Amino acid sequence: MKRVVITGAGTINALAHDVPGTFEAFREGRCGITELEIRDKDRLSIQIGGQVHHWDPEAHFNRQQIVLYDKFTQFTLLAAREAVGQSGLNFDGHLGYEAGVVLGTAAGGVNTWDENYRTVYEEGKNRVHPFVVPKLMNNAAASHISMEFNLKGPSFTVATACASSNHAMGQAFNMVRSGMSRAMVTGGSESMLCFGGIKAWEGLRVMSKDACRPFSLNRNGMVQGEGAAVFVFEEYEHARKRGAEILAEVVGFAMTSDASDIVMPNKQGAARAISGALRDAKLNGEEVGYINAHGTGTAANDKTECAAVADVFGHHADTLMISSTKSMHGHLIGGTGAVELLACIMALKDGVIAPTIGYEEPDPECALDVVPNVAREAKVDVVLSNAFAFGGLNAVLALRKA
Amino acid sequence: MASVEQEVIRIIAEQAVLDPADVTPDSTLADLGIDSLGLVESIFAIEEAFDISVPFNANDPSASGFDISTVRSIVTAVEGLVAQKA
Repeated sequence: MKRVVITGAGTINALAHDVPGTFEAFREGRCGITELEIRDKDRLSIQIGGQVHHWDPEAHFNRQQIVLYDKFTQFTLLAAREAVGQSGLNFDGHLGYEAGVVLGTAAGGVNTWDENYRTVYEEGKNRVHPFVVPKLMNNAAASHISMEFNLKGPSFTVATACASSNHAMGQAFNMVRSGMSRAMVTGGSESMLCFGGIKAWEGLRVMSKDACRPFSLNRNGMVQGEGAAVFVFEEYEHARKRGAEILAEVVGFAMTSDASDIVMPNKQGAARAISGALRDAKLNGEEVGYINAHGTGTAANDKTECAAVADVFGHHADTLMISSTKSMHGHLIGGTGAVELLACIMALKDGVIAPTIGYEEPDPECALDVVPNVAREAKVDVVLSNAFAFGGLNAVLALRKA
Repeated sequence: MASVEQEVIRIIAEQAVLDPADVTPDSTLADLGIDSLGLVESIFAIEEAFDISVPFNANDPSASGFDISTVRSIVTAVEGLVAQKA
């Protein structure tokens, strides 16, 4: 089995349009959740979100590209450029045949669906733009990345709701580990902060109208975000020989299915995914210093997640740190695990643990060290990133310091 | 026109797949086998039927000011919202 390392990272999210800016926001515990700026906001009962502001597609793409790229594809390409740029890899030669792209998204081109439904239903037009289908399809972002960087190996998109990115990165990890690919571009994105995207979520009545406060007793729901994060996963010897900077090593991955409920989380399923990732990485639980929680800020998730962590780690659960950065960038749904992997990399590489902001009151059912409100300097060698999706599909990654 | 009580019971009975006669004011949603998703769907049906907005957050049902402890309490709460609208 090959070792797998991360040699590039890129992002755009509500906190910043790149990785250094996102790390700075994590260190400062800054909140990227604001009043939404979208069409027909006055008809929404939820009017906040982790929205990407000051987004100017024309600064990054030409007219021909913009007509083909939904916002989720634009976000993904921007993040991929940063990641591939940092890695220093060039896929134009033979490496392109040994590299691919696996991305996660829950819903793909939601803005394109939304805009074109308006055209035909609201405006009563009988004609839509010819590129609606290639813009909205879930694999559009993966395909455009493959074209931009000449990635000709295994490439596809994973949709497992809120665990999409972790499932995608787990596939990329196993492909490099098994020798199927030498390098993979991987991560995920989501862009559903539009009228229809938010209206759909309102229906479930799990959204907060004021803030995302994971693990805090007075939490009242999740807040949606948008954006992307993309990474380059590379075979260790390949990276070492070319002298690449290694951001972190990916050492384990596990996925489980609750087989129980379409929306409610399940402690056993979550615990099996966490312990499975430890087993896959041949780790002892005590080695884990930090967990980036799924931490949605809903009553159901946070209690279940803390109970699962307590079950898996026993006494060590009281020692390790666990935080939810969704309090800052919102819940990016299918892209969330990718943005949250940045907090894991920051913990390993810089020794700074991103906080859970908005934390106001301890909840006895979430009695773990959630790194409340202020980032913390701490040396950690091993971290986990949890993702537990609607539909009961769980995916956990384990990373080690390079 | 059916009373608020009759209409709420009709909605809850439909959700529980029961005859309305089997839904009594003292029934709790748990008695009737209605889970969290069924509750959210029932509230949606109530909002549509009475053209009201029910203040309900699934994260903390007790904090919503909309008492869902029994069928009777739901009827009372809906009557209040309908009266506010008038």
